[in-house]
Amino acid sequence: MSTDVTDKTPAAAPPGGGSPSGGRNFVQVVFGFIAQNRRQYGMLIALLLIVVLFQFWTGGDLLLPRNVSNLVLQNSYILILAIGMMLVIIAGHIDLSVGSLTAFIGAFAAVLTVSHHVAWPVALVLCLLMGAVAGSIQGFLIAYGGIPSFIVTLAGMLLFRGLTEILLKGQTLGPFPNGLQKIGNGFLPAVGPNTNYHNITLLLGIVLAASVVWQAVRARRRQQEFSLDVQPKGLFYGLLAAQVGAIIWLTLTLASYNGAPIVLIILGVLVVGYGYVMRNSVFGRHIYAIGGNLPAAKLSGVKDKKVTFYVFLNMGVLAALAGLVVASRLNAASPKAGLNFELEAIASSFIGGASMSGGIGTVIGAIIGGLVLGVLNNGMNLLGVGTDWQQVIKGLALLAAVGFDVWNKRKSGS
Amino acid sequence: MAGPVLEMRSIVKTFPGVKALSDVTLTVRQGEVHAICGENGAGKSTLMKVLSGVHPHGTYEGEILFEGEVCEFKDIRASEDHGIVIIHQELALVPFLSIAENIFLGNEHASGGFIDWRETLKHASELLRRVGLSDHPETRVADIGVGKQQLVEIAKALSKKVKLLILDEPTAALNDEDSGKLLDLILELKNQGITSIIISHKLNEIRRVADSVTILRDGRTIETLDVKAAETTEDRIISGMVGRDLDHRFPDRTAYEGERDAAPALEIRNWTVHHPIDQARKVVDDVSINVRRGEIVGIAGLMGAGRTELAMSVFGRTYGRHAGGTVLKDGKEIRTKTVSEAVGHGIAYVTEDRKHYGLNLIDTVNRNISLSALAKVAKRGVVDEHEERQVAEGFRKSMNIKAPTVFEPVGKLSGGNQQKVVLSKWIFAGPDVLILDEPTRGIDVGAKYEIYTVIDRLAAEGKAVVFISSELPELLGMCDRIYTMAAGRLTGEVERAEATQEVLMRQMTKDKEVTR
Repeated sequence: MSTDVTDKTPAAAPPGGGSPSGGRNFVQVVFGFIAQNRRQYGMLIALLLIVVLFQFWTGGDLLLPRNVSNLVLQNSYILILAIGMMLVIIAGHIDLSVGSLTAFIGAFAAVLTVSHHVAWPVALVLCLLMGAVAGSIQGFLIAYGGIPSFIVTLAGMLLFRGLTEILLKGQTLGPFPNGLQKIGNGFLPAVGPNTNYHNITLLLGIVLAASVVWQAVRARRRQQEFSLDVQPKGLFYGLLAAQVGAIIWLTLTLASYNGAPIVLIILGVLVVGYGYVMRNSVFGRHIYAIGGNLPAAKLSGVKDKKVTFYVFLNMGVLAALAGLVVASRLNAASPKAGLNFELEAIASSFIGGASMSGGIGTVIGAIIGGLVLGVLNNGMNLLGVGTDWQQVIKGLALLAAVGFDVWNKRKSGS
Repeated sequence: MAGPVLEMRSIVKTFPGVKALSDVTLTVRQGEVHAICGENGAGKSTLMKVLSGVHPHGTYEGEILFEGEVCEFKDIRASEDHGIVIIHQELALVPFLSIAENIFLGNEHASGGFIDWRETLKHASELLRRVGLSDHPETRVADIGVGKQQLVEIAKALSKKVKLLILDEPTAALNDEDSGKLLDLILELKNQGITSIIISHKLNEIRRVADSVTILRDGRTIETLDVKAAETTEDRIISGMVGRDLDHRFPDRTAYEGERDAAPALEIRNWTVHHPIDQARKVVDDVSINVRRGEIVGIAGLMGAGRTELAMSVFGRTYGRHAGGTVLKDGKEIRTKTVSEAVGHGIAYVTEDRKHYGLNLIDTVNRNISLSALAKVAKRGVVDEHEERQVAEGFRKSMNIKAPTVFEPVGKLSGGNQQKVVLSKWIFAGPDVLILDEPTRGIDVGAKYEIYTVIDRLAAEGKAVVFISSELPELLGMCDRIYTMAAGRLTGEVERAEATQEVLMRQMTKDKEVTR
C-alpha cells in the first residue's frame, strides 16, 4: 500500500471512454473488470454456481416454479434479519438477540390477536413498536452505557427467549387471523383476464425491469457528463441484459405459479430502501464511518453514539417484522421459533462480504449471502440430505466464503 | 578510561522511500551512561531498534560490535541473550498480570511446564529490592503508577542479566519525583557495572546522569561530547541538534500584515488538561495562545510537550480529563465540548496521526473528503452523490491528489496524498481556524512543498492557521509567530523576525527548574 498509485495515474483510462480501450480486446476488458471487482462479483458467481449445480443434481426440480416460490417464502425472514444484521456488523457490532426477539414478537402477536382479539392491523403496529422498544433498550445500553454489543445482545438472547416462554406458557399459540396469515403465506391477488400467468406479477416484473434499465442508463449518462470512467459499452449492456433477463425469468416463473408472494414485495421494498439509505444517506455514511475508523469518525464530528443507537433500534424493528413473518408462516407462535436465526443472519452477512472489523459490506451482499445459505438448504432438502450433513456443509460454506475473502484481500495487498 | 563495550559502525537503515539512518557511528564505553539526543525524527529510536534486533541483521548495512564480537541479531531474543535489553517508550507490560509474572514473562521459573511460584516470588522480591520498589510482587501491574511500572521494566531487564540497558525516553511520561528516582536508579546501576544508553530530550537530565552524549541529526552522527567537560554547555548540545543548513524550500510568504492588536480569531486562555488515566498529572498546564485571521502561528515543542493534547482537548474534548480554561472565537466565549460544537464554530483540527484519527482507510477518497461536512452535499439527509463526486474531483485537481479516481480507497494512496485528502476534508468543512498537527510528518519533500503552498493559500484567504510541528526549519519558514511548549507549559513566544532554531530549541528544552 503506497506509492504505486502515483505511477498508474498517467495510464488511467481516458475520460468518457465509452468503448473498450484500444489495444485490448473485449474479452480482456471483461476479465479485467471482473478481476477488479472480484469482491463484489465473487459471491454472486458462487451463488449462480450453486444454483446450477443443484439444478443439475435435482434433475431440474430446484428451479420449478413451485420450488422457487417456496425458496422465497422459506428464506424471507432470514433475509429480513440479514439486512439489519448487515448494518449492525458494518457499524462494528454484533447482535445475537435477533432469533429470540423474533420468537418473542411472534408470541406477542399471538397473545394480542388470539388471546385478546386485537384487530390484526393494530397488532401489527404494536409488534413493530415493541421491536423498536426492544432494539432501543439494547441500543441505549451499547451506545450510551458502553457495554459491548456482544454482551448486551447475548443477555437479550436469553432474556427474550425466556419472555417468549413466559408469554406462551410453554405452549404453541394459534391460529392467527386471516390478515396476519397473509404476510408470511399470501400471494398478490389474482385479477384481470386469464392469461395462464399471474397478471399483477407480470405487471410488476415489467415495471421493475423498465426501472432498472432506466436507472442504469441514466447513471451511465451522468457519469459520462462528469467525464468519469464508465464501463465499456459491451460489458455495460451485457450486464444490463443479464439483470433484465433475471428479472423476466423470476417474473415468469412466479407468475406461472401463484404469483409473487407478499413477503417478496416487502423484501423488495426493504432491499431497495436500505440499499439507498446505506449508499446515499448521511445516516448510512455515518454507519460506514464509525465501523471503518471510529476515532476518525468522532474527530470528524460524527455522533457515533446516536448512530449506534439507531442501528440497534432498526435491528429491533426488522427483527419484529421477521417475527411476524415467521409466526404468520407457521400460523402459530411457538416457544422454539427463531432458533439459531441470529447465526444464520450473521453467517449471511459474512458470506455476503461483511468484515469482522466493521466498515465493509452492502445490503445486496447480505441478500446474496442469505440466498447462498437458502439455496444450499433447499437444494439439500430436495436431495434428501439429512439436517446433520446440511449443517456440516453450511459450516464449510461459511468458512470457504470468508476464507476466499481473506485470501483475496491478501492477494490484492490491502 | 575503560574501553568500548559497544561499537556501531556506519549503520545505514532505509525504509521504503525514506533513509532513516545514513551512516551512524556510535561508541559506548564500558560502565558509562551514554545519552543520545536529537530532534524528533533524527533516527534515535531507529538506531536502538537496529541495536536490539527489532530490525534484524540483513535489513540494515553496517557493523555492530558488542564486547569485541561482531553481532548479527536476528530478533530481540538474540540481543537479550547477549545482555542487551531495551525498554521502549510504551511500556511492554501486561496490565492484568502481577509484577512477578511480568518480570519473568517469556522467561518463567518453571519445571515441566508448571510455574515454580516459590522461586518466582523469591527472585522477584530480590529484583524489586534492587530497583528500590517496595510493592509486593503479587500486585497487579495495572494497580501501580507509571513510574513504578518503569521500575518493573528495569527489574525485568535485570532478570535477564542485562549488561547494556537501553532506555528510550524513560522520563517522558513521569512526574518530577518519579523521574528523579529513575535517574538515581540509573546511576546506582552504573555503580553495579551496568552500562546504559538513555535517549532523552531533557538536557538537564542528560547533564545529571550521562557521561557522554552523542548527537544525531537527520540520520547521521554529528558528534559525541564528554558531558563532564567544561565546554559542553546546553547551548553547545542545542547547536549540535539544530545546526542544519536550511535547504528546505518554502513558498515565498508575505508576512502577516494585519493590525497587531486585531481581535484574534481564536484565543485560548489559561488552558489546563489532565492525563486521562493518571489524573493527577497535568499534561497541559495553564497555556494561553491566540491566532488572528490571515496569520500562521506555530507551536514548537519536543515529544511530550503537550501540543497535540492542547489541540485535541480544545477540539471537542477529544483528549484528556478535566479540561479547563476559556476558548474565545472572535472575542466571544464559545463552547467546544463536542466535535460538532467545535466544527460549528468554524474550528478544524487536522490530526498528526492520519491513519488512526484522520482517515477511514478502507473507504474512498470522495467519501473521506465529504465526511466532516456531509450536510453540505446532502438534502434532507440524502447525499447527492454527483455533487459529492464533483466536490471530490475539485479537490483532486486543486490539491493535486494523485489517485486514479476519487473512488480509490484512501489506504492505497501514498502518505503525502493521504495527507492532502485529510486537508481537503477539513478545507471542505469551511473553517475559519485550522489547527494543523504535524501536517508534513512522514511525507516526501515534494509533497511537503505542496502542503506548504496550501497552508500559505489558506492564510492568504484570511483563515487563521495554528501550525504544530517538530521540524523547526518548517516553522521558521512558514510561521508569523511561534509559541514554544515544554512539559505542558508555554515557555515562550517568538516573532518571525527574532526566531532562530537556537532560540526555539533553548525554549523547547527548558524544564520547570529553569523557568522558575
